[in-house]
Amino acid sequence: MVNENGIKLKVRNLEISYGDTVALSGVNLDIHEHEIFGIIGPANSGKTSLLKAINRMDQFTKGMHYSGDIHFSGRDVRHLKNIYALRSRIGVVFPLPVGLPMSIYDNVALSPRLRGIKNKKELDEIVERCLTRAALLDEVKDRLHTLGSLLSGGQQQRLTIARALSQEPELLILDEFSIAVDPVTTMRIEDILKDLKKDMTIILVTNLVQQARRLAKRVAFFLNGECVEIGNTEDLFTGKTMDQRTTDYIQGKFG
Amino acid sequence: MEGFGISKTNIQSKRVEKLFRIIFLGMTLILILPVLVILGTLIVKGGSVLSLDFFLENPTNGMTAGGIFPALLGTIWLVSVALLISVPIGVAAAIYLNEYAGDNILTRIINLAIINLAGVPSIVHALFGVGAFVMFFKFGTSILAASFTLAIMTMPVVIVATKESLQAVPIAFREACWNMGATRWQTIKKVVLPNSLSGILTGIILEVSRTAGETAPIMFTGAVFFSPFLPEGVFDQTMAMSLHLFVVATQVPGVPENLPYGVALTLIGMVLIMNSVSIAFRFYLRGKKKW
Repeated sequence: MVNENGIKLKVRNLEISYGDTVALSGVNLDIHEHEIFGIIGPANSGKTSLLKAINRMDQFTKGMHYSGDIHFSGRDVRHLKNIYALRSRIGVVFPLPVGLPMSIYDNVALSPRLRGIKNKKELDEIVERCLTRAALLDEVKDRLHTLGSLLSGGQQQRLTIARALSQEPELLILDEFSIAVDPVTTMRIEDILKDLKKDMTIILVTNLVQQARRLAKRVAFFLNGECVEIGNTEDLFTGKTMDQRTTDYIQGKFG
Repeated sequence: MEGFGISKTNIQSKRVEKLFRIIFLGMTLILILPVLVILGTLIVKGGSVLSLDFFLENPTNGMTAGGIFPALLGTIWLVSVALLISVPIGVAAAIYLNEYAGDNILTRIINLAIINLAGVPSIVHALFGVGAFVMFFKFGTSILAASFTLAIMTMPVVIVATKESLQAVPIAFREACWNMGATRWQTIKKVVLPNSLSGILTGIILEVSRTAGETAPIMFTGAVFFSPFLPEGVFDQTMAMSLHLFVVATQVPGVPENLPYGVALTLIGMVLIMNSVSIAFRFYLRGKKKW
């Protein structure tokens, strides 16, 4: 589903609140097909809330409400009849790796099985392809039927990515994926992302500004529930910012 | 720098430490004393009647001799039917309360009601059972009426055990599933239930041991002093271990002294075996932690 002007995700006047507390307001974003879009900002800036709204996880989050428009592939996510289909097209990787307490194979085969794929050969292919793309296959190919939740942190995070890829997502969202991952694995995952870009759109929420610089073409800076600035990564990182706070944050003066 | 010499306060606090340790140990010993005395007495006084014949024969001579087979079988009937009623309802209710229902006034009231249900004295359940199942639903005094009464009485055990084991499954697992487009039921089926089944089973086993020992709820609803016939279906009356113990211990003249002890030993043995199975099961599963 390609939108005519190549915009995968369009956000207009988004405001998110939990009860009486406003977590995020006045957000306007256009995220293009096949780009890695970075979102940076300190804790409590509303980054994760934005991701939850895109994925319609407000349904599962107590007290969360949002107003404004989010269009995914040109469709208003608020008025979709089948939000399960929406979620299955969006892969999400959380800050802390979540290996489900089932075998490595079943972890990756879960989403295809939910889609109704039962054929063993087809599942085998999907599992192998996703694990390969997540750079995990070599390490686990001899023990695909051992528990995924008992892998090391870095392996579990790659398993999480493989699982997200098994959804064949149009949009991949990574929420501070490197928090619990060692630097070597982080670099490997970054390489994977550069490669995945050709098949999908990626939103990279990160607390490492240099990671955003390495990967994202454009970056949005969130602060205290406000989207301060959106710009080309190189502009923002070379001081060509509209707002002084962006420069200060990127240079590590606060945050 | 201070040395490591012993001051007066040190000696003082060491003494207090020792004192409290002894007090707590003493209390613990007092706690297990009744268990040991009960078991010991039962084994010494009733051990002699236990034999395969005792388990497999009918009572004879106006219940002063013979075995306990009808009562044993009756208890198995009562417990099984009670489980068939309480497990599906209790597990489903727990799944609803933990996985579907939000935290609102209604669910709080339901939770409170469940806790209160657990606190209702068993004789009240018995009278409720007479009114509701024996008379209103016209089950008569039967296994069905008695089992329904037992089921309602032990339902909180199932619900609480199930809820606890559901809660033990980390919320992150559910979120991971929801995020990939799974419905609540798919998530429960694929991730939550497989990982809480052990806890639920443990709860059910504990419920069995509780159900087997209850007397009051079955006295007026389906259990009889003596029946020459074995129950053939759920609308029959039956003898039961707990009531049989009450009868041979207090209601029948001329019972040899060791017979009631033998019945009690069998009953407590059943309960202890079930509890040990449950503990062993939990121990086994704890060794196979999945996260």
